[in-house]
Amino acid sequence: MLDDFINQFWPSTIDGLALGAIYALLALGYTMVYGVLRLINFAHADIFMVGTFAALWTVRTLGVGTVGGIALVGVVALSAVVAGLITAGSAMLLEVTAYRPLRKRGASRLAALISAIGASIFIQQLFATVVVYRVFGTSKEGGRLPVDEHFKQLTNVVDVGPIQISNDKVIIFVGAVLMMIALDQFVNRTKLGRGIRSTAQDPETAVLMGVNIDRVVSVTFVVGGVMAGVAAALYFLRFEQTNYFVGFLLGIKAFTAAVLGGIGNIRGALAGGFVLGLLEMYGSSLFGSQWRDVVAFTVLILVLMFRPTGILGESLQQARA
Amino acid sequence: MNLTKTINGKAGKRGAALSLDPLRNWWAGAPGWQRWAVYILLIIGGVFLPSEAIGSFMAPSGASWPSMLSDQIAIYVLLALGLNVVVGMAGLLDLGYVAFYAVGGYTIAIFAVRYHWSFWETLVLAILFSALAGVILGAPTLRLRGDYLAIVTLGFGEIVKRTANNSSFVNGPRGVQGIPHPPSLSEFEIFGVQPLKYGLLDSRPYYYMLLAFIIIAIIFVRRLDASRVGRAWASIREDEDAAELMGVPTFRFKLAAFAIGAAIGGSGGVVFAAKQTSILPANFEFIVSALILAAVVLGGSGNIPGAMLGAFVVAWLPERFRFLDEYRMLIFGGALVLMMIFRPEGLWPSRRRKAELAEGGGGMGSMGAEVAGPGQSETAEVGK
Repeated sequence: MLDDFINQFWPSTIDGLALGAIYALLALGYTMVYGVLRLINFAHADIFMVGTFAALWTVRTLGVGTVGGIALVGVVALSAVVAGLITAGSAMLLEVTAYRPLRKRGASRLAALISAIGASIFIQQLFATVVVYRVFGTSKEGGRLPVDEHFKQLTNVVDVGPIQISNDKVIIFVGAVLMMIALDQFVNRTKLGRGIRSTAQDPETAVLMGVNIDRVVSVTFVVGGVMAGVAAALYFLRFEQTNYFVGFLLGIKAFTAAVLGGIGNIRGALAGGFVLGLLEMYGSSLFGSQWRDVVAFTVLILVLMFRPTGILGESLQQARA
Repeated sequence: MNLTKTINGKAGKRGAALSLDPLRNWWAGAPGWQRWAVYILLIIGGVFLPSEAIGSFMAPSGASWPSMLSDQIAIYVLLALGLNVVVGMAGLLDLGYVAFYAVGGYTIAIFAVRYHWSFWETLVLAILFSALAGVILGAPTLRLRGDYLAIVTLGFGEIVKRTANNSSFVNGPRGVQGIPHPPSLSEFEIFGVQPLKYGLLDSRPYYYMLLAFIIIAIIFVRRLDASRVGRAWASIREDEDAAELMGVPTFRFKLAAFAIGAAIGGSGGVVFAAKQTSILPANFEFIVSALILAAVVLGGSGNIPGAMLGAFVVAWLPERFRFLDEYRMLIFGGALVLMMIFRPEGLWPSRRRKAELAEGGGGMGSMGAEVAGPGQSETAEVGK
C-alpha cells in the first residue's frame, strides 16, 4: 500500500495537478455564482457537459488527421474558444430563463436550488434525447465518440528528470493557469470585476453606488461559463470522450473543491481544486482507485470539521479576490 | 429598505391569490369532530387509492397502478415526510438524504439474508441504524451552516453509495439478492385483496404497509411539530443565533431532527428492499436525494400535507407521462423550473413558512450561510 504510494508519487502528483486544474476551473464558476447570488448552481456541471460536446464537435469538424505539432495545439486552443463561447451563451441563457425570474419574484434560496436541479435535469436530458443524436448521430449516451488517432499525439511523453510528463497534461496545466490569471486580473482590475466584488460584499450598497446588479449577475454567469468551457475542452483533450452525464460527478467534485477552499473565494476555489485533485490521486494510489471518491469526500468532511469555512475562508471580498 | 418591504408585500399578495386561505381558515376554526371526519375520509381515500377505477385514470398506459403506488409514490411520500423534518422544520439543507434510505435497505439486506432475521426485527434494527447514521453524520457536521452542511451531506450520500459499491461484503455493484418478503400476518381477504399477505405478485399489501408507516410518521411528526421540539426547530430555522441566545440547545435539536428524519428514511429503505427482494448501489443515486428535496420544496417545505403533495407530484408525474417515453425527464426538469418560477413558496406552504418567506432574507433558517441582513433576492428587486 505504502510502496504503491511511493512508487506512484510523481505520476500521481502530475495526474493530480492536471485533474486539479480542471476542478479549479470548474470550481471558479460555482464559487463566483455563489459569491454573488448565494446559490449553488447545480446546472453548472451541465454547462460543462455542453462544453465537452462543443469541444468534441470542433475537433471532429476540423478533422485533425493532417495536422501535427504546434497546429494540434492550435486545434486544442480553438476547441477551447468554441467551447468557451458556447458555454458562456448557455450559462447566460440559464441565468435569464431559470434564475432571473426567481430573483425578480423574491423567491427563497431553496426555491432557486430546486430550480437549479430542474435546469440540470433539463439540460442533461436535452442532450440525452435530442442534441447528441441530432448533431452527432450516435446513440443517446454519447459514449466513446471516436476521435482521430492523430489527436493522441498529444499524449506523447516528455521526460523531465526522473519524471515523465505527457504533453496533454502540460497543456491542461498551462491552459488552466493562464485562464486563472486572466480571471484574477479581470476581477481585480476591471470596472466590471469591481462590480462583482462589490455585489458579493454588500448587494444593497452596491446598488446604491450605481452597480447594475442584473448586469453583474449576467457577467458572473458568463465568466463562469467561459471557465467551464475551457475546462471542458481540456477535459476532452485528456479523456477524449464524453457523454451527457459527464458533468455530474465532476460538478460535485468541483463544488466540493470550491467549498474546500472556502466558497465565494476565488483563490480558495483554485487552492481547493488543486488540493482535491492531488488528494484524490494520492488517495487512489494508497487505497485503490475505486476509493478515490470516498477519499475526496472524507477529506472534505474532515477539513470542514476543523475549518468550517474552508481552507482560505469564505467571501469574495475578504481575500481581496 | 422600505422599498424592498413593499415589493415583497406585493409579491406576497400576488401569491395569496392562488392560495388555500379560505380552506385554511375553515380548518383553523373547525371543531374536533370535523377534523376527525376529514382524517377518517382521508384514510378511507388512502385505503381505496389502489382500486382500479382510480388506477385507470392515474396509470392508463398499462402500467400497474398498485405497484406504481407502492414502489414509487408511497415510498416517496414517506421519504418526503422524513426529509421535511430536516429541511422544512429544522431548516437544515440535506442533499444526501438517500444515504439513510440506503442504510435502511442495506440493513435488511445484510441481516435478513446473512443472519436470517425476520422482517420486523430488521425493521426495528434498520430504524435504529439509520437514526444512528444520522447522529454519526450530524455530530461532527451540524456545527456547519447552510451550504457547507449541504455539500457535506451530499458527500456523505456519495460515500455511503460508493462504499456499498466497493464492499465485497454486500456484493459490490451487483447488490444483494434474495431478500425475503415480510412474513404474511394473515390470509384474510377483503374485496379481493389480502392486505396482510406479502407475496411476489400483489403490490397492494406493500402499499398498505407503507400507508400504515405514513400514518404513523404523520402522527409522530405532527405531534413533535406541535410540541416544544417543533417550536425549537422553528426558532432554529428562523434565526439560529437568537434561538441559541434564548436558551434553545440548538445543536441537540438539530441532531434530533437529523436522527428522526434519518429513521423515517431508513424505514422506507426496509420496505423498498423487502418489496423488491434485491437492492443495488445504483438504487441510491444522488438523483433520489434531489427528487425528494424537490418534492419537499415543491409541495411547500415545512408543511406535512404540502410535502406529501409534492412527493406525489414528483413520483407520479414522470410515471404518468411515461408515454412521452424518453422525453419525460426532460419535461419534468423544465416543469420543476417553471413551478419554482410561478410558485416559489411551493404548492401548499404552511402559513408560517409563507410569512417567513414574504419577509425576505429570513425564513431560510440556518441556510443563510452566515449572511446577516437581507438576502440577495430582495436586493435584486431593488436593482430592478
